[in-house]
Parts: sequence; C-alpha cells; structure tokens
Amino acid sequence: MSTIAQKILAKHAGLEEAIPGEIVKADIDFAFMPALTAALAFHAMYDMDIKKVFDPKKVTILLDHIAPATNITNATLHKECREIAKEQNLETFYDINSGVCHQIIPENGHVYPGMLMVGADSHTCTHGAFGAFTTGIGSTDMGAAIGTGKLWFKVPETIKIQAEGSLSRRVMSKDVILNAAKQLGADGATYCALEFRGSTISEMSIGARMTLCNMAIEVGGKAGICMPDQKTFKFLEGRVKNEYTPVYSDKDAVYKKTVEIDGMHLEPQVACPHAVDNVKPVTDVAGTKINQVFIGSCTNGRLEDLQVAADILEGEKISKDVRVITTPASPEVYKAANKAGIITALMDAGAVLCNPSCSVCFGGNHGILAPGEVSLSTSNRNFRGRQGSTEAFVYLSSPATAAASALYGVITDPREV
Amino acid sequence: MKGKAWKYGDDINTDFILPGIYLELTDPKEIGKHAMEGIDPSFVGKVQPGDVIIGGRNFGLGSSREQAPIALKYSGVSAVIAESFARIFYRNAANLGLPALECPNVSKEIKTGDTVEVDIEAGKIIVNGEKELEFVPVPPFMMEILEAGGLREYIKQNRAKW
Ligand code: SF4
Repeated sequence: MSTIAQKILAKHAGLEEAIPGEIVKADIDFAFMPALTAALAFHAMYDMDIKKVFDPKKVTILLDHIAPATNITNATLHKECREIAKEQNLETFYDINSGVCHQIIPENGHVYPGMLMVGADSHTCTHGAFGAFTTGIGSTDMGAAIGTGKLWFKVPETIKIQAEGSLSRRVMSKDVILNAAKQLGADGATYCALEFRGSTISEMSIGARMTLCNMAIEVGGKAGICMPDQKTFKFLEGRVKNEYTPVYSDKDAVYKKTVEIDGMHLEPQVACPHAVDNVKPVTDVAGTKINQVFIGSCTNGRLEDLQVAADILEGEKISKDVRVITTPASPEVYKAANKAGIITALMDAGAVLCNPSCSVCFGGNHGILAPGEVSLSTSNRNFRGRQGSTEAFVYLSSPATAAASALYGVITDPREV
Repeated sequence: MKGKAWKYGDDINTDFILPGIYLELTDPKEIGKHAMEGIDPSFVGKVQPGDVIIGGRNFGLGSSREQAPIALKYSGVSAVIAESFARIFYRNAANLGLPALECPNVSKEIKTGDTVEVDIEAGKIIVNGEKELEFVPVPPFMMEILEAGGLREYIKQNRAKW
C-alpha cells in the first residue's frame, strides 16, 4: 500500500513501512553541495563537534553556481571549498570545469534507483527522475547529514501527476510541468512527493524526465519521482558502479490526489512574471517583446534541449533586438552538442555560448537583466529579481518556445516556425 | 520573545529574503545586513532585536539557501509567524533555532507596528498586550531542536541517540 517515496524512506530507516506524517531517521546514500552552501554546511558540521564526514566516498562538493569565479569573495569561497575537499579526503570534487550540479551527479554515476540522496540545493529533486528519493536541504541539515550519515524526514504524502498521450511536435516535458504547476499552484504540493505516471512520461527521455522532477520544488514538493524503466537502466549503465535494487510504488498505494494532464492536446506553456504558477498557453502571450533568451540550467540545458533550439535556429538569424545566451549543462553535453553541429548552428544564428555552469539562471553570474528588461528563460524560477534587476521581467518556457521567440524578438509559438 | 511586527504578504521567496548575489557571504553578521533586501531594502535600518516577521501563505518558498533564515536571525528577528511555510525554509529556520510558527489568518490579525509577544511553550501569540492568537503546535521533535537552540546544539547534546 506504499508509494515509492514511502518505500525508499522505510528501507533507509530500517522500517517495514513509513506512514505519511511520521518522522523517521534515515541513512543517507549520497550527499552533495554546491559551493554556495558547502562552506556553511561544513561550518555546521564542525560546530556539531564532528571533524570528518561520515564517508568520503558519499559526499561531494561542486563549484557550479558561479564558475569561474567572478569576484574576490566567490574566489575565496571556491578556495575554501577546494581546501575542505582535500582535507576531508573527498573521493570526488567537481571544480569549475564540471557544469551544473544536477547534471554532473547523474552523469558521474552518483544517483541510482531506490537510493536516498540529499543535496544542499533546492533542485535536488531533479534526481527523482531515476527512481530515487532525492531532496534539497539547508546547510545545517547538510552538516548533520555529512557528519553522521543520517537525517530526519517527515514521510510525505504523494500527489500523482497522471499524464497520458503523446506530446505534439515542439511540445516538451517543460510544458507538462508548467501545466502541472498551474494546476497545483506554487504551494500546492508543500511537503508532498510528486509521482509522474502515465504514457506521456514513459515515452519521455531521461533528460525530459529530469526537467519534470527538477521543478517539483516549484510547487513546494519535497521530491519528484518517475518509476525507473529500461531507459533509466540504460542511461546508468557504465556510470553507476554499485549494485542497486529498483523500487516501485505498489498498485494499491494511496495518493493525496491526482492531477491529470492531457499530453496529446497540451499546448506550449509559458510561466509569466513573477510566479512559476502564473502559467498561460503560449498563444495567450505570443507577441510579448523580449530582450534576452536563456537556454540552459539544470532544467533545460541538456543535449535534447540544445538540439531542439538548433533545429529551429539553424540557417536563421536571431532578431536584432534579442540576445541569446546558451549554456550547456555539462562538458559531456557541450562536447556531444559540438559533435552534432549544434554549437555551430547556434553560434551562426547569433547565440552566445557560455561554459557549463548555472550561468544566467540565478542572477549571480552573468547575463544580468537591466531594469525594465524582459527575459524568456528555460530555467525554473521567475521570482522578481531572480536574474538581475527587481524591475526586470522573467518568463519561463521550453527550449523550443525560447528558440522560436529568439527568431522574432517576441514570444512565439514554436509550432509555427 | 517580544518585539514589533513587520508584515509582508504571501509568497515571500528566498530571493526576497536574501538575494542571490549575497550567497557568497559566509559571515552570518554580514548576511544579516541584507535581510529582506529583495523586497524591502529599508528593513535592516528599521528592525530591532526581538522583532517578528509576519507573513501570509507559503513563506520562504524557493531555494534551499539557509542564508535566508540566517539573514533574518542575524538582523535581529526573533520569530517568523506566517499562515504557511515552504518546507525547506521551515526546517532551516528551526535548525538555526529561529522559530517558524504557523498561525492561520495571522496576516489579518497582526499589522506592521503591532507589539507581538510569542510564548512558545504555551503555544500563544499576544498582540498589543491584549489579543491572543494560537499557533499550530510545533511537532515534538522540532520542539526539542528549538529548545536546544538549533540542530547544531541538539546533535552535540544527543549524538548517542541520533
Ligand atoms: S541552474 Fe539554476 S536552478 Fe539549477 S542549480 Fe543552478 S542556480 Fe539552481
């Protein structure tokens, strides 16, 4: 009678069953921290009178949010992270040449079905795409997790997102999750796990499923999970070194509620300023003038995302009134895109290519918006001030909508290009 | 805990509480100098030790940055009372020993400038010395963490049973 979320928590807490609402103490399989939260987590661990991490193989630090360093303060933070990694003998450490944490973690085999993983970043829910329970925590929780290998969790109820039918041309998984956000609202899944089910999801690539799970937090979700299948196992082959046992929700599992999505008739969706649940069909906002397009981030910076953008932009020129910033999520993605001719197609169309990192997504790096400017971004958050000025406007969309809009300098329905 | 109320609306996100550009700071006192800057740049100039933040629904949504509750705590804020909280913020605040209290309708019952007294043990909030509001009881395990002064102290004291 349990969902995958309950089963994974029960297993890691040494229990037969984990009941929603109950607080359990569970063993952590892996913990990761971006630089911006890592130093604080280690300070917390030291404050707990713990000197060494519980297992140097199961803890890693990644320098992804600001990479390379852009000023002396973050250079100093990077330096501290490198020193901590050495001193703690961490088996892996991902420096500024590695890409966005949520891309690096699966590519390097740290995530596998049935595991319990925590990350000091809210979008850690991304990794539920592999049938794992993975959730974002703050630095003090992280200090406890890396110091003791354990953490407490309130067992969540699960909301099922049931999506049926094949998506139309140029409609992407981003449109599915934006539609779910509209239906649920920005706090509609607070403290809950989201489970993505149905034929739309089975047909999706691993990357597309990562986009879904990535945005579970945008509706307040603690985790976003897809059932593992052959695609999952194939992606993980040669990456994951340890044995693992996939876990699945029981047929009679109890859900808090079910949100239905008609995949076949879904239109491209756009989240309008300044809330992720302020979602409209692209046709409602088509014609809105934009100044900047960002294609990248842990939501949509993967090969298939760049591919769809290149399909639209190849042989064309972006509008003179728009700048396009493209940031592949990792070197693996960048190299594959380069090999496929995607990078050349995007640059020929007039896009700027940045090094794998969080890039424009959170306004701490580059691509900052001026007051009054409008951005169309493939990332996951459009809070006021997220990408620079608090007087700027951020719209969120799929890479297909972003690329089509880049051509005309206004929000454009990608099915029309 | 007693202080003045500073009221903000629904969906006060972590970028409002501490904008991303300050994430590279690690000294809590420095972080505290930028509390609420994303929505109210004048906040740090007016907040006094002991003051209380009042929020509407979904307070603290967004990133996992503990710098958000750190900023509030080191700006002098003694508690955050809201109608509901985003999950990570709620945990982070308790872990720092900063009470995050859920109180239905609080944004209707309290206005900026009111004097607010929080009695955690009794589960009560007293407004301007007269009106009493009840908050949703803090789960016992979180109460233990708050009583210890945060998760760091709690683990130090309870390492054996953790
Ligand atoms: S790409 Fe954006 S959302 Fe993703 S981890 Fe980086 S800053 Fe966070």
